[in-house]
Order: sequence, then structure tokens, then C-alpha cells
Amino acid sequence: MRIRQAAIIGLPILLSAGVAQALEYGGRLLLTGGVNTIEGAAGGGLTPWAVIGGYGTRDQIGGNAFFSHVEIDDYRLEVRGAVLGLFDRVELSFAEQRFDTRQVGAALGLGAGFTFRQEVFGAKIRLAGDAVLDQDLWMPQIAFGVEHKRNNRGAILRAIGARDDEGTDYYLSATKLFLAQSTLLNATLRATKANQAGILGFGGDRRDSYRIQPEFSLAYLLNRHLAIGGEYRFKPNNLGIAKEDDWWDLFVAWAPNKHLSLTLAYVDLGNIVIRDRQSATYLSLQVGF
Amino acid sequence: MAIARYLVCLVALFAASSLRADPETFRAFGGVPGLTRVVDSFMEELLADPRTRPFFESVDQQNLKRLLVEQFCAELQGGCTYTGRDMRSAHQGQGITMADFNALVEALQKAMAREGVPFRAQNKLLAKLAPMYRDIVER
Repeated sequence: MRIRQAAIIGLPILLSAGVAQALEYGGRLLLTGGVNTIEGAAGGGLTPWAVIGGYGTRDQIGGNAFFSHVEIDDYRLEVRGAVLGLFDRVELSFAEQRFDTRQVGAALGLGAGFTFRQEVFGAKIRLAGDAVLDQDLWMPQIAFGVEHKRNNRGAILRAIGARDDEGTDYYLSATKLFLAQSTLLNATLRATKANQAGILGFGGDRRDSYRIQPEFSLAYLLNRHLAIGGEYRFKPNNLGIAKEDDWWDLFVAWAPNKHLSLTLAYVDLGNIVIRDRQSATYLSLQVGF
Repeated sequence: MAIARYLVCLVALFAASSLRADPETFRAFGGVPGLTRVVDSFMEELLADPRTRPFFESVDQQNLKRLLVEQFCAELQGGCTYTGRDMRSAHQGQGITMADFNALVEALQKAMAREGVPFRAQNKLLAKLAPMYRDIVER
């Protein structure tokens, strides 16, 4: 009887403690949730990292919403999206990309301002390691992720030689913060059929099979709020109609607090369809918890 | 894959530099007097933050500060001996979460910045302390 009484009294205390626990958020350290890639997932701007987006610890949830504007020499890419991080284990993300061909659209006979729209549904699971705290171990944080992409311009994509307007990327990321050196390294292997990340569809007349493409990021922490770095992303070359180049960028990311971050980057995109040597200014705003 | 080779070299370089004894970092903290100032600020930050205050307001703060200076000095190879309990038994039963642990790290970061410790030196101490989460965090 006494045990039952104790259970009845104890249960609400346990429950309210549980609720209080669930309502706490933002327990991870500043900038350790990365920023948002153009495909939504937490990482650098071009490359997903093994970190889980948001600032939630293993007892908490975290998340953010972001807007990225990429002003390219002859094109424009705008991305809106959101990330939900669950218990520092699972990350769900969504991104909507609008790729505006501006005057190139007119030159191609599509009409000026012709825009490709792509939705990216992402999921990532942390498999092992802690990129930030395991400073005495070699083991990086490792995560596996999936990005399912749906492009809205199937007819055009098929006309330029792409095989599909839908595709799925699979990636494995390893991320390690070398805190004593104030440096973060990331390596990602992505299995993909996407042309220009899917903006130009999936598979092509030259090749219609998955290729494994490496991606690298290096970031240096200048202080608690500021990181600089660079990324390199290898890309496949599936379309006969237009050569596709690797992408790289140099970035600076600033997080005044855990609710806001701003990232500015110079991006080199190489050839995009009929325009060579495309470079861009990338600006991304992230709000979250 | 020139980039991959470069990254491997970089990682090897980090390994070499993180295994070396590091009197420079101890000097960057200003030796024991500098560490004492950092730990004083650290305790102020811990007591000011509602997330960490409950863990520290009712302990013998003078004794804890003395032990922290010893521990930090020992971790930086400054010639001190840490005389306190091991991390696991010192924190057992307090129900410390990962968020609590990170809140403490933030307090230490603020304290080090306030006392003018260079950022790179701050991170070298944090790199020594961070793995202790495995003995401190309980759930």
C-alpha cells in the first residue's frame, strides 16, 4: 500500500520532471550545429557534416529555419528550409530551392527568368562518436544521411538529356573538431546521380549510374562566435550537353548567440550549362534553437 | 586525390602537436596566478547562471576553487598535483546532464575570455577537459 502511494505521488513528480526536461533546449555549444547546406542538412554551405542540426543535446530537441541567397554571375539560387534535430541523434530537414536562369533562360529559349524548383527531403542519423567532446579520441562523429530530391521541370530535364526528375543521394560524413588546434575537419562521401545537385535532374546521356563523390570541409575557429573555412565538393559529369565542374567555397560564419547565425561565402561553381566560370556570393541566415 | 592526402597529413600534424607537453599554454594563462583569476571568474559565472547555480551554491567554494586551479594547472603540465577526488566519484549521484556539462563549459569560456586568455590557449585547456564528460554526465 505504501509502495502504491509512493508511486502515485512519485509519478506526477517524475512526469513533470520529464516535461521540464523536454522543454529545456539549446544545451549544445555555440556553432556546433553547423550552418545549413544548400540542400538543407546541417554542415557547411555545400557539404553536410556528421553533426545534428540545432543545439539539442541527447536529452533535447533542436532546430532551425534558414534562408540562403546565392547570387551567381548569370544565375540566382534561393533556398528556404528548416531542420529538426532529435536528441542529438536524428536530423530531419527540408529545403526548397529556386534556381533562376535569368537572361540565360532567354538565350536557351525557355524565357527570361525561367526557374527550376526543387524540393529536398533529408534525414540523417548519427552512428557514432562526438565531434566536439571526444577530444582524447581519434574517432570522429560519423553520420549517414539521405537526401531525396524532386525537381518540378521534368520535361525540360529530359530534353537536355537527364534521365529523371527525381533522385536520392546517400552520404556518409565524418566530422571532427580538433579543439586544441581550433580546427574542424569534415569528409563526406556522397553516392549521387544528380546533375548540378539535381537542379539539372538525375542521370544523363553520358552516364546514368550512381557515382561516389568526396566532399571536404575545413573550418578554423577565430573565437567563440566566428569561424572561417573552405569546402570542396566533387561532382559527377553525366550530361553530354553541358560540362559540370566541382564546386568550392571560402566562408565566414558568425553566430552572435544560439538563435542566429549568418554565413557569407565566395563560391566557385565552374561551368553551368552555357555559362563558364560561374562564381557567386552566398549569404545565409539561420534562426533556431 | 591530392586533397585527401593533404587532409591525412593535416590530421597527422594535429596528432603530433596534441601529444606534446605544452608549457606555452600554461604561460598564456599566466601561470598559477592567472589560473586563480580564471577560476575566480569561473565560479562567479557558475553562480550567476541559473543552469549551473544549483550545483555550486551550497558547496565549499573556496576549496573547490583551490582544487580547480590544481586540476587546470596539472592538465596544462604546470607542475601542480591535483589532490581532489577522481571525476567520476566527485560527480556521482548529481544527475548531471549533457546540457549542464555544456553550460559549465560556456561559463569557463566566458571566464577565460574575461581574464584575457587567448582563444587558442582557451581551446587547449577545453580539449583536455572535454572528454571528462564521460565521467561527469549521468544521463
